[in-house]
Amino acid sequence: MPSGSQFVKAMRLGVATAALTASVGMAQEGPIKIGVLEDQSGDFAAATMVKVNAITLAAEEINAAGGIGGRPVELVVYDTQSDNTRYQEFMRRVLQSDKVDVVFAGFSSASREAYRPIVNQFDGLAFYNNQYEGGVCDANMIVTGAVPEQQFSTLIPWMMETYGKNVYTIAADYNFGQISAEWVRKIVEDNGGTMVGEEFIPLGVSQFSQTIQNIQGAKPDFVVTLLVGAAQASYYEQAAAANVGLPMASSVNVGQGYEHKRFTPPSLKDMYVTTNYIEEVDTPESKAFIEKFRARFPDEPYINQEAANSYIAMYLYKSMVERAGTTDREALRAEIAKGDVCFDGPSGKVCLDPKSQHMSHNIFLAKVNEDHSIEFPKVWENITPYWLGEAGCDLTQNDPSEQYTPSNPPTK
Amino acid sequence: MFATAFSFLYQFGDAFAFLVIASMGLAIIFGMMGVINLAHGEFIMCGAYVTATLAQKGVPLPLAILGGAACAGIIGMVIEITIIRRLYHRPLDSIVATWGISMVATQGVLIVLGSTMQGVGTPLGSFSVGGYFYSVYRLVLMAIAVGLLLGLYLLFYHTRFGVIARATIQLPRMARATGVDTSRIYTLTFGLGAALAGLAGGLYAPTMTLVPTMGSTFIVESFVTVVIGGGDIFLGAAPAAAILAVIRAGMTAWQGQLFGQIGLLLTVIVVIRLMPGGLSGWILRGRK
Repeated sequence: MPSGSQFVKAMRLGVATAALTASVGMAQEGPIKIGVLEDQSGDFAAATMVKVNAITLAAEEINAAGGIGGRPVELVVYDTQSDNTRYQEFMRRVLQSDKVDVVFAGFSSASREAYRPIVNQFDGLAFYNNQYEGGVCDANMIVTGAVPEQQFSTLIPWMMETYGKNVYTIAADYNFGQISAEWVRKIVEDNGGTMVGEEFIPLGVSQFSQTIQNIQGAKPDFVVTLLVGAAQASYYEQAAAANVGLPMASSVNVGQGYEHKRFTPPSLKDMYVTTNYIEEVDTPESKAFIEKFRARFPDEPYINQEAANSYIAMYLYKSMVERAGTTDREALRAEIAKGDVCFDGPSGKVCLDPKSQHMSHNIFLAKVNEDHSIEFPKVWENITPYWLGEAGCDLTQNDPSEQYTPSNPPTK
Repeated sequence: MFATAFSFLYQFGDAFAFLVIASMGLAIIFGMMGVINLAHGEFIMCGAYVTATLAQKGVPLPLAILGGAACAGIIGMVIEITIIRRLYHRPLDSIVATWGISMVATQGVLIVLGSTMQGVGTPLGSFSVGGYFYSVYRLVLMAIAVGLLLGLYLLFYHTRFGVIARATIQLPRMARATGVDTSRIYTLTFGLGAALAGLAGGLYAPTMTLVPTMGSTFIVESFVTVVIGGGDIFLGAAPAAAILAVIRAGMTAWQGQLFGQIGLLLTVIVVIRLMPGGLSGWILRGRK
């Protein structure tokens, strides 16, 4: 189906600043080029346009403060149109002809798996700044989004304790939904609960009458909603209209697509989400971040967890390059291997894990109230992305470039 | 027993209403007029956006929905006069042109109005049968689908406009010879198709996410219904919607949403292989 603009706009943001303090001895001169491949049109645009703005904000701040080790940052931005093929085209383009130093790319897990082989092929370095189903063990990737051991190992036991042990999952039918549902199933069973139902919904489906009835028939204590994209978000309105009235738990809603702002209350009442950041987080760091974000982009509808992750990723990259004195990937990874690449950002202090190149997070349990205001009944501090490392992925030793799941762990 | 029967009827009615409401505009523009309108989804989006905007300004929802339909209809007539009119004898070119319109509309709305729009909320609450809760608004949609079919039947078979419109589309030269302003009739008919698409958007706006690409979630179902139905709305699209609704509701209840979609698409493959003229072509075979 037609979607998005066919012409591609490359926006270049090379702001050479006056205060170029060449403090660290850099191997190369000229700007550091950062490729940005994010969906600015199509089904995912609502959740991802803000990521480009967050990266722009960080780039402008970094340039105003003298760049990365004295070199200005230049962004090379392409609109990937929520289309996996575009990711592959543009990933080749930024790595081959634009010759960027690093790429910030991707929202859906399908898009990440579409471009990841290309990053491997050209031996590039990519940041994936999205929460996802976990398990990517790849030296060419740095992941700043939260993963299941951070989002589900906290959320699901809390929900089972609060509401009961019968769980129904509805999930988007692609790698993210399937693998996330596998995590939910595992954690529910480990905690002595029962899966009373599981349904996978093709992307783009917007009519949920039958699904709603299946849920009512199975009588769960709560529903895990792992729905993705604008079309599937129609579920909440339709479930509320049919008076389903069950608490919901999710790793993707609110924190990405700000459904609580878009839908009429009380359709998201009793939705619980584990997220590492949303704009309602009430800390001084968060407030300062929101203030400068809105000063630069006054019309931004919502500052979500991906915006924070993208912003944090820019500063992590800056600190790695300044410590290594080069943009060479192996030199940067040698810095990550030391285990102290950290940043104090909008969501608190976060650090990169050497074994998996994933990030530690403070995880906020966000509850949507009847009037769609947000409260935080619980915060889990400094949850590390431990699963990959414990399962046997160690990027300081070798690079399998694979994605693992609980049922398909690394072979030791 | 009653509860099970009711639940199946409700699911069938829900699928039927969606297929009928989503496809009526396309049935007129594509089924009757023969224009392959890839911008159908964008007329739906237009209706939904106008409806939501009016409803948020305090206009009562039924009036807001009519406003959405009217707005889509007017835009449809303008597009007919400026673009579609030149392409009636070039069906392949009309695909490219309407596809272009659809991209301009989606991207234009994204740039001007942003990536999402505040919803309006489903009115009328819920009721319960045998332990299951159902949305009342969905029953209203079912009634509207039936009403829409009846209304269009009366319009095309029992009014002067209907007779002239059918004459114009079947034999434009003869119609012109009897003094009919055929280009005006084409404009009005296309506008009616666009208005019905806008109505679909308005009716479903309270139940869905409002985003610039929302039309694409209607378009597969619409085309499937019209292709299976063939050229005639009443002998084609209506029974096609009924058959597809049974298949979809049954498959979804049995194996989930994915199988509902597979069932829909398998039906199209089988039907166009066995009846190239669609259901109405098959019913009308030998009658010429």
